[in-house]
Amino acid sequence: MTVDELQQLAVKEQEEKQRYKCCINICVATGCIMCGSDRVKEALEEAVKERGLEKEVLVKGVGCLGLCSAGPMIYIEPDGIIYHKVSPEDAPAIVQGLISTPVERLICSPEMPFFKRQVKIVMENSGIIDPERIEDYIAVGGYQGLVKVLTEMSPSEVIEEVTKSGLRGRGGAGYPTGLKWSTVAKANGARKFVVCNADEGDPGAYMDRTVLESDPHRVIEGMVIAAYAVGAQQGYIYVRAEYPLAIRRLRTAIRQAERLNLLGNNILGTTFSFHIELRIGAGAFVCGEETALIASIEGKRGTPRPRPPYPAEYGLWGYPTLINNVETFANIPAIIRNGGSWFAKIGTEKSKGTKVFALAGRVVNTGLIEVPMGITLREIVFDIGGGIPEGKKFKAVQTGGPSGGCIPEQFLDLPVDYESLTKVGSIMGSGGMIVMDETSCMVDVAKFFVEFCMSESCGKCVPCRVGTSHMYELLRRITNGIATTGDLELLEELCDLVKNASLCGLGQTAPNPVLSTLRYFRHEYEAHILDKNCPAGVCAIQRLEEVPA
Amino acid sequence: MRAPIRIKTLTIDGKEVSAREGETILQVARENGIDIPTLCYLEGLEPYGACRLCLVEVKGINRLLPACITQVEEGMEVITNSERLVKYRKMILELLFSERNHTCSVCVVNGHCELQRLAQKLGVTNIRYPYRYPNLPIDATHDRFVVDHNRCVLCTRCVRVCDQIEGAHVWDVMGRGINSRIIADLNQPWGTSDVCTSCGKCVHVCPTGALFEKGKAVAEMEKRRQFLPYLTVMRGGKQ
Repeated sequence: MTVDELQQLAVKEQEEKQRYKCCINICVATGCIMCGSDRVKEALEEAVKERGLEKEVLVKGVGCLGLCSAGPMIYIEPDGIIYHKVSPEDAPAIVQGLISTPVERLICSPEMPFFKRQVKIVMENSGIIDPERIEDYIAVGGYQGLVKVLTEMSPSEVIEEVTKSGLRGRGGAGYPTGLKWSTVAKANGARKFVVCNADEGDPGAYMDRTVLESDPHRVIEGMVIAAYAVGAQQGYIYVRAEYPLAIRRLRTAIRQAERLNLLGNNILGTTFSFHIELRIGAGAFVCGEETALIASIEGKRGTPRPRPPYPAEYGLWGYPTLINNVETFANIPAIIRNGGSWFAKIGTEKSKGTKVFALAGRVVNTGLIEVPMGITLREIVFDIGGGIPEGKKFKAVQTGGPSGGCIPEQFLDLPVDYESLTKVGSIMGSGGMIVMDETSCMVDVAKFFVEFCMSESCGKCVPCRVGTSHMYELLRRITNGIATTGDLELLEELCDLVKNASLCGLGQTAPNPVLSTLRYFRHEYEAHILDKNCPAGVCAIQRLEEVPA
Repeated sequence: MRAPIRIKTLTIDGKEVSAREGETILQVARENGIDIPTLCYLEGLEPYGACRLCLVEVKGINRLLPACITQVEEGMEVITNSERLVKYRKMILELLFSERNHTCSVCVVNGHCELQRLAQKLGVTNIRYPYRYPNLPIDATHDRFVVDHNRCVLCTRCVRVCDQIEGAHVWDVMGRGINSRIIADLNQPWGTSDVCTSCGKCVHVCPTGALFEKGKAVAEMEKRRQFLPYLTVMRGGKQ
């Protein structure tokens, strides 16, 4: 396929779509499928057929619409009506609603802050296009970034544009993407690799999964652009086996892109070639750490190694390797299409663009949101999230998963950006955001995350392997009401060791949930230890007389 | 003409030293009589960076760096024995002692054990963490050797020597985190391994009594590692 043919295909698809009067977009990402959206889709297709409206109404499976707690979600174009909690029995009424008035009881107002306050870049096509059709992606301007790069830009101009955008790694640490790209571009190697890290594993986080399920071509386009910029010929997407739907859609997407010559040899008739292969993770959280991920792709045991040398210099099989997160790559096509300075206008001074969060926990609207950097936590929790259900009182919000920390009420007006979150003892992380109310015990929360880190530690370095195990044991004693103040001192000392002496990011950040809860909720720890009482009433405190001698 | 060898100068604990490019902090420190404790490191094997005992402070870098892997750079200011580092080293030893069942008084390498020696040198006299007392097996299926997982510190010297020097790769690690364990082949009794050459290198590089020769009583097992530097020299320094 040549560039002209691609443009023709886009026009043809747009015309095709305009032939329909309206389009029923039903979410077929994992969240809604779990609620039965696949059956709703079948019922809708049936209902459309029954009424003989096949030529006018298109029923289309699309990516995530965001409000995952109210699935299955439906979005009707061009009316802009959003339905939630749809069941297969509602199908005839919905089809009828296209002609007469919409079904009132299922309507979810698109005016609600949940939809209004979001700014979509990564998720712009989510809920609009069919993730299993490359033509849908092309029709909305997909692969135009790649065309622009291949026809108008030199690799260094691409890197310059990415640098100008101020994009930072969305995997959690926030390393400047442009800098990483230029390092790999400058590195010396007979071969170079581009790796997409889709080994998302934080409890409660599913941003990357949703991006891959909703708009896989976006990530592929981002990777091809990156490969052009750094001079790589081969790419890998490392995706965890727990994401079967994302894997299936990626496979489909790669095959489609190869068929249209947007991947493979001589892409779009140029001399540039790039291939992508999938690698399926076997379920180890630590393989999200870049050096462990590389070891895993190489077929070795997934354990990290000390850096430097960094993968940019010495990566897959010793060659320079660019590793970026799914969301980072998903930002690239938009940055190239609209320019780096357009992207740099969104967000704060040091954190540009938007961030996708998986909003979960004790909040009315749980789901996937994309917000501009610099939005406050209060806006996320109370406007977008709709506040705490059942009139309960807000206690803390946990960001960054097991590597992050709990942020208490006094910091609700904190702008969400890399630096601010780090300052209060948490991290941006990959985008998990768990809201907790007064019914959550912060010691119990810390114990949960430490248990996670303990069981996901690879076992290579001593502080993480043994330290997390002892930390868990000490927290277990505290929540059981059998700890002493000496135990708390031991715990704090261990946190310091594990944080500073561990080999990789997993261990270095594993104490964060404990440290941040100790910083803001020390009284809860003390209540467990001194008063033998769990203020939130979560922990089963053993009375002293019950403890076996 | 041969490429010139570049020389770097740096200070370690205030002492000015010079080093060849590519040398590690640990190598240079030891050449200059500065001792940095190590456990997983063994000269002749590829460094692994896992025990974290050799962590050092480098001025201008926030993180602590493993001396066994970090290469020297011009003008580096390295501190190897700050109060904080000594505290961490003692804690790491405490963690190792509490992890498995290290009972020196009944151990074949009592008196010749690297873990024991480190504890003595660093003054670790008591363990503040609760002992985990895991229930671990002993594999005595090999004709000449025994592996006792109770005494293993997971330094992987055995894994590396078998892979890098002997070329048999009998040993590897299985499991995750605190449940990690050294295994022979595909987790089978050592004696049933077809690839084991019974060379005994693993036994002699093991820092503790986890690997030992049959027929040795308490405190009788001494490890002989002379073969390692010899083999390294014979290979022209290549591993």
